[in-house]
Amino acid sequence: MTAVRSQPTTLSPTERPPISPPSLLRAASTIVWRNLIHIRRMPEMLLDVTVQSVMFVLLFAYVFGGAIAVDGSNYREFLLPGIMVQTMVFSSAVVAMGLTSDLQKGFVDRFKSLPVPRPAVLVGRSISSLIHSSIGIAVMAVTGLLIGWRIRNGVVDGVLAFLLLLLFGFAMIWLGIWVGSLMRTVEAVQGFMFTIMFPLTFVANTFVPTESMPAWLRAISEWNPVSALTQACRELWGNGLPAPADAAWPLQHAVTVSIGWSFLLTAIFAPLAVAAFRRRSRD
Amino acid sequence: MSVGRITLWPMSTTAAVEAIDLVKHFGDTHAVDGVSFVVPEGTVLGLLGPNGAGKTTLVRMLTTLSVPTSGTGRVAGHDIVREPIQVRRSMGLTGQAATVDELLTGRENLKLIGALYGLPRAYVREATERLFDRFDLTYAADRQAKTYSGGMRRRLDLAVSLLAAPPILFLDEPTTGLDPHSRSGLWAVLRELVDEGTTLVLTTQYLEEADHLADEIVVVDKGTVIAAGTPTQLKDQAGRASVVVTLTHAADVDAAADLMRAHSPEVHVERSSRRLTAQAGGLSDMTRIAAVFEASGIELDDLGLARPSLDDVFLHLTGRRAEAQPGAETATDASTDATPEGATP
Repeated sequence: MTAVRSQPTTLSPTERPPISPPSLLRAASTIVWRNLIHIRRMPEMLLDVTVQSVMFVLLFAYVFGGAIAVDGSNYREFLLPGIMVQTMVFSSAVVAMGLTSDLQKGFVDRFKSLPVPRPAVLVGRSISSLIHSSIGIAVMAVTGLLIGWRIRNGVVDGVLAFLLLLLFGFAMIWLGIWVGSLMRTVEAVQGFMFTIMFPLTFVANTFVPTESMPAWLRAISEWNPVSALTQACRELWGNGLPAPADAAWPLQHAVTVSIGWSFLLTAIFAPLAVAAFRRRSRD
Repeated sequence: MSVGRITLWPMSTTAAVEAIDLVKHFGDTHAVDGVSFVVPEGTVLGLLGPNGAGKTTLVRMLTTLSVPTSGTGRVAGHDIVREPIQVRRSMGLTGQAATVDELLTGRENLKLIGALYGLPRAYVREATERLFDRFDLTYAADRQAKTYSGGMRRRLDLAVSLLAAPPILFLDEPTTGLDPHSRSGLWAVLRELVDEGTTLVLTTQYLEEADHLADEIVVVDKGTVIAAGTPTQLKDQAGRASVVVTLTHAADVDAAADLMRAHSPEVHVERSSRRLTAQAGGLSDMTRIAAVFEASGIELDDLGLARPSLDDVFLHLTGRRAEAQPGAETATDASTDATPEGATP
């Protein structure tokens, strides 16, 4: 602090610059800009959706894969949609950790002291998390193409599957905002999210066909929203057979059901998330 | 003890900030329990109190970060509960932890806040140069804030708060954790701002800081105001002043003590340092004692009036020392010499 200058620059309050509070969209895009700089400055933030996911692909494709029999497809094609869904589910952890860190470090406070629409923090955070997860999906797709995964049913269905993933990611983001608003530290969020994410993505058809599971576990797996989405992607991309005739109802209508789940989960978690964030930001 | 009675808050001036019976409860905890004060335009209010006194909660309510349980306040004439957007346009806030974005560069931090205020880009660019120059951050403008020292972060935080040139600035413990050098530097900046007409509301645990910067001090403890006034008024309130005499010759100690006892009932003698302290009412007592010594021919090194420090004030008001709170960040504070003598007023 040696040289705080005592030159005569004034900030006389009578000469205030024009303040024109931004719209929700402009404020949100400013926050997206800031969050993307974070990713660029700390590329290791992307490890969870890049290196880790690639490792998962390679691990399952080459270590476990040989021992897992899949009807009507090779295991790598079966695996890829599952891993992509897992990546989208982890969006919720990404958004939760980001939000908690902003709350913890006082960024949300700083933001709240500005004349800005308050939902902008959440909207900006959601968009940047979707971008974050999309980068992961893109990395997965390239890895998949290299090891033999293909989109076999044409462009329209191919794109539809990606849209289903994004829609589900959107639902998961609300779960993340809810958890992020309730928890006090990034470490707590991380611990909690990984505890629920692993059963959610493993007790499903993501990595193995459900037919080989004990009946009760199979029922749980097939009603798991993650399974419907995985099945939908497999069908739309042509990675494997339709669900077996004795599979639970959601798998028989995988595309419709996965859209339904996304809307239902959003309808449940969005109000909880907004309420929790409001409560957190009132104090 | 007669500093002419200054009216606490001259009613003729416009209020920049008002707290009106503010209350904030968190469950059973009464963080703030009915606090009112007025800050006239262009003055500095110091909210003084130990950790957990409710100072931060008060600032959070006044800056619209936290919604009061009851009561309200006005900032630049706007109601904090009903017109939060207007309030946010009129004030800047520098929070307790420097809330700069560590991954952004200094310049990007200002760009971010400028965009969120909707300020014209050209203005933001120009103001950034001006503020960085003033806060001596130009050399680090394009470095990520995580590489900044504590003092640099505070300055960046302050630059961010000043970007929209707010007429009212709230500072929550602006110098906590800073080394004494950075602290006095920040004080200089704050005084410049006041000279330019900015109204400041600052919280502090440091009595020295409140004494140094504030025109008015509101002492908060356990969510309520326990005293208010100018630093001088508060010191007068805490207890009486004392006359301190330092003799030139140790041999005169007994004679000097007798002389002083004739004028003051209580005289404290420190033989080794040849120092005598007598309770006094104020300046008039001091001049009387000076005259007595003059007449007696006893040689003096020094004679002066010692007023109680704000630390004594706090002790007097609460029965606790202000800076000895567990967990308080007082490590860098040079308060060790300001201790026990005169601890019981």
